[in-house]
Amino acid sequence: MIAGVDLTKTFGRTVAVRGVDLNVQVGETVALLGPNGAGKTTLLRLLATLDKPSAGQLEIAGLDALRRPQQVRALLGLVAHQTYLHPELTAAEDLRFYGQLYGLDSLEERIGALLAKFGLTERGNMRVAALSRGQQQRLALARAVLHDPPLLLLDEPDTGLDAEGMGVLEGLLRAGGRTTVFSSHNRAWATALAGRTLTLMDGQLGGD
Amino acid sequence: MGNSVATDAHLVIPSEARNPLPATDSSPAARNDKAKRRFLLQLRALLWKDLVTEWRRREMLLSLIVFSLLVLLVFDFAFDLRRLDMPAAAPGILWVTFIFSGVLSFNRAFAVEKDRGTWEGLLLAPVDRGAIYLAKLLASLLFMTAVEAVTLVLFGAFFDVPADIPRLAAVVLAGTLGFAAVGILFAAMSANTRAREIFLPVLLFPVSVPVIIGSVKATALAFGSSEGEYPWLGLILAFDAIFLAVSFAVFEYVTEE
Repeated sequence: MIAGVDLTKTFGRTVAVRGVDLNVQVGETVALLGPNGAGKTTLLRLLATLDKPSAGQLEIAGLDALRRPQQVRALLGLVAHQTYLHPELTAAEDLRFYGQLYGLDSLEERIGALLAKFGLTERGNMRVAALSRGQQQRLALARAVLHDPPLLLLDEPDTGLDAEGMGVLEGLLRAGGRTTVFSSHNRAWATALAGRTLTLMDGQLGGD
Repeated sequence: MGNSVATDAHLVIPSEARNPLPATDSSPAARNDKAKRRFLLQLRALLWKDLVTEWRRREMLLSLIVFSLLVLLVFDFAFDLRRLDMPAAAPGILWVTFIFSGVLSFNRAFAVEKDRGTWEGLLLAPVDRGAIYLAKLLASLLFMTAVEAVTLVLFGAFFDVPADIPRLAAVVLAGTLGFAAVGILFAAMSANTRAREIFLPVLLFPVSVPVIIGSVKATALAFGSSEGEYPWLGLILAFDAIFLAVSFAVFEYVTEE
């Protein structure tokens, strides 16, 4: 699903990701571990095509991610540090907005099912701004899987989640059926959920 | 929690329905129709989002109206407008006001998305970049037109300048369209810079000089100026057409890193 060769990303003189070779098979769940500043977020942003690598090649689902980023983006769901939610819209409106951009059929059914799956049914008509951080994170997860992407990229998805939210997230990670790459600071938790863990240190990848 | 198999079944999308591009086995006409329909649906969703979020925030529109009135007030204090030859001075005063408030509006169009991180959410969606451009342009046009309407009504009430109203409305709409067509493009470019508030006018003003001059001159004619009947409105419309087409075409390139 993901084939990255010699991926490098520099910001000025700072090398955030340094010559990373990454292969993730279809259906695999991979955890990215490492301390703050190790390059986990930058690597996930490269995989999401939000940033272009300074050097290296990247293929996702057989598509050249550097030349065809828009087609790659249609195949992935991303939960980043920012939730990508609109504070003025209600939870259901925000999902509906993104669903319309993705051109999804049976959108109302999907929204209802996702709100139920992520424990937000009773919050569907509340504005995003009125939701707690944990509820916003759940809604961000729902937004990321709204279009049932075959590739899910999650940057510290456990941020702000309570026990119930963690249960939902773990259910999502264990469900299978899609390729998932997620980052975490919690090694024990990530190891229990991932089929494989990779550790980044100073932008360089080491296997586990 | 409702995390049942039946619930999850609603969430599965068949792989053949996942491709955002029309199927290659359909006829060119059918693909074209599907792409057009998809573009219009995305445009509608984007415009709805911009209008609803602004309506619920009620930040920009009210601020722009207050700002425009303050600019008029500053001009009044600076020049004592009642003593000036108003038909000659009014076009310049009005367009300086419209342009200042327009720049604020363009900056906000992208700054809000950038600051809250929703811009990346838009870029991640398989949405036509032209639809994003048109939605931002239409939303900005609506806000600017509303501000201009309030400004013109109050300007007319305070200074009692006789004007050919239909002609004035046509000039203001056409001039605003041209200015916004370029402004939205440059606002998208400058949104990625640290000094976007400075960068936008520095980029925008030189390029929009033709439409600003044309709009001021055409507005003077609407106020009964006796200057030559050069076809200023035609110049503005030509500027509109050229910069709408160019901005629409290149918007995709300015939104990528």
